[in-house]
Amino acid sequence: MEDRKVMIDVDHVTIRFNLSKQKVDNLKEYLVKLMKRELMFQEFLAVKDVSFKVHQGEAWGLIGVNGSGKSTMLKAISGIMKPYKGTITVNGSVAPLIELGAGFDQEMTARENIFLNGCVLGHSEKFMKEHFEEIVDFADVRDFLDSPLKNYSSGMKARLGFSIATMVKPDILIVDEVLAVGDYKFRQKCERRMKELLDGGTTLLYVSHNIDEVRRLCTHVLWIDKGQAKMQGKMQEVTDAYMAEMKK
Amino acid sequence: MKEEESKLSQYLSEFWKYRDLLKLLVTKNIKLKYRRSFLGYLWSVLNPLMIMVVMTIVFSTMFNRNIENFPVYLFCGQLLFNFMSNSTHQAIFSITGNASLLKKTYVPKYIFTIAKITSGLVDLFFSLGALIIVMLVTHARFTWYALLFPFVLVQLYVFCIGLGLFLAQANVFFKDSQFIYNAVTTAWMYLTPIFYPLEMLPAWLISCIKHFNPMYFYIGQFRDLVYYGRMPGHLIILAGCGTAVAMLLIGMWSFMRSKDRFILYI
Repeated sequence: MEDRKVMIDVDHVTIRFNLSKQKVDNLKEYLVKLMKRELMFQEFLAVKDVSFKVHQGEAWGLIGVNGSGKSTMLKAISGIMKPYKGTITVNGSVAPLIELGAGFDQEMTARENIFLNGCVLGHSEKFMKEHFEEIVDFADVRDFLDSPLKNYSSGMKARLGFSIATMVKPDILIVDEVLAVGDYKFRQKCERRMKELLDGGTTLLYVSHNIDEVRRLCTHVLWIDKGQAKMQGKMQEVTDAYMAEMKK
Repeated sequence: MKEEESKLSQYLSEFWKYRDLLKLLVTKNIKLKYRRSFLGYLWSVLNPLMIMVVMTIVFSTMFNRNIENFPVYLFCGQLLFNFMSNSTHQAIFSITGNASLLKKTYVPKYIFTIAKITSGLVDLFFSLGALIIVMLVTHARFTWYALLFPFVLVQLYVFCIGLGLFLAQANVFFKDSQFIYNAVTTAWMYLTPIFYPLEMLPAWLISCIKHFNPMYFYIGQFRDLVYYGRMPGHLIILAGCGTAVAMLLIGMWSFMRSKDRFILYI
C-alpha cells in the first residue's frame, strides 16, 4: 500500500477564515475596529494543523459535524483557498464538486451552460463538443436543453452539474455533499459512476453526513472535529468510533 | 530569476488553458445584454447613434463655430471614452460579482476582469458601425490613415485591462472604491476634450491634460487618424503606448499581490 503514489499530501495545514462581523454599533466601536484593522477582517482558524496523505486509488471520506472544517479542507485541496500555514501538494488533475454547477448562469440555456461550466472546469470548447452527447444522456435533460436554467429544478441542475464534472476521468475527484438533492435513482447512478471512476484508479475525497454512503464508497476516513483531525485511518474503525461518539 | 521565468510561463500556460472560458464569458455578456429585447444587437449601433444625436443637438449650439463636422469630432471622443468608462465600471465588480463561483471552484480570477473589458471592446466595434454611418451622412473625408485605428484600440484595450485589474482588486478590500471611481470618471470626462475643443481651455489646463490625461493620448491619436486624416505625432504615440504598458504592469502587480486573499473578503 505504501509504495503507491501519493496523490494528495496535506502537511500540517492551518487555514484562516474571515469572520468579520457586519454589526458595528457606534462610531467609537467603528474607530476602534478600524485602528485594530478588524473592521474587514477577523481571523478564525477553520482548520488547525491537519496532516494526512492520500495514495492513489484510495477513497477518503471526511466526516464531522456541521461547521467542523470539512468543506474548508476540500476547498484548500481544490486550490480555491490557500493554506495559511503548512503545505498542500496535489499530484494530478482535480475535479472539484464543491457545489454542483458552480458557475451555472441562470439566464442561459442548459446547452450554453454545459459549455460554460466545462470551461470553468478547465476544458476546451472543442473537448466539450466531443462529450456533449454523453453529458446530456447521463443527466437525462435532453428535452429541456434550450430552456434557461432558471426553469430547472434543483435536482435537474445537480444532475447536469454531476455529469459535466465526472465526464472526464479526473485523477482526483472531490465531492462535497452534492448529491443530497438528487432523487433516489440519480443517487444510485452517481454512486455507480463514482465506483466506476474508483475502479479506474481515480482517487476520491468525499464529504457526507450519510455514514452508510461513506461506508459503501470509502476505504479510509478522516474525522475532523472543530478544525482538528480527531481520528484518521481505515474506514471501519473510524466510522465506528464516530458513530459511538454521535450516539452519546 | 529562473524561478520568476517559470512562474511567468506558468501563468501564460494557465491563461492559454482557460482561453475558451474567456471567449464564452464574453459571448455570454453580449448575449445576455440583448436577450429578449426586440431589436437585439441592433441596439449596439442604435444606442450610441441616438446619444450622439442628442449630444450634437445640445452642444452644437455651444461649440459648433470652432469645430468643423462636429458630429464626427464628438463621436470619435465619445466612443473611446464610453468604452473606457463602461468597461472599467463593469470590471470593478468582476471579482465581487463572481464571489459565489470563486468560492466554489478554482478559476484564474483575472479571467473575469479581462472578460468584462473584452465585452466592452466588442461593443465598441459595433459602435464603430454607427461612426461610419455618421461619417457617411455628414460627408466626412475618408483617408487611408483611418485604417490604422486598431493600433489605437490595442493601446486603449491594454490600458483598460490594467485599470480594470487594479480597480477589481481594490474593490474587494475597499468597497468604497466603486463610489469614488464614479466621481473620478465624471471629472475625467469633463477634463477630456470630448465635446469641446482643447484650445478653449486656459493654457495651464491644456498642458495638464496633454501631459497627464491618458484618455487624451488615445482620443487624440484616434481623431488624428479618423477625423483629421493624418499621422499622429511621435510623442502622443509614445505617451499612449507607455501609459498602456505602465497601467497594465500596475494592474497586474496589484492583482497578483492580493489575489490569494480575495477569498477571505468576498
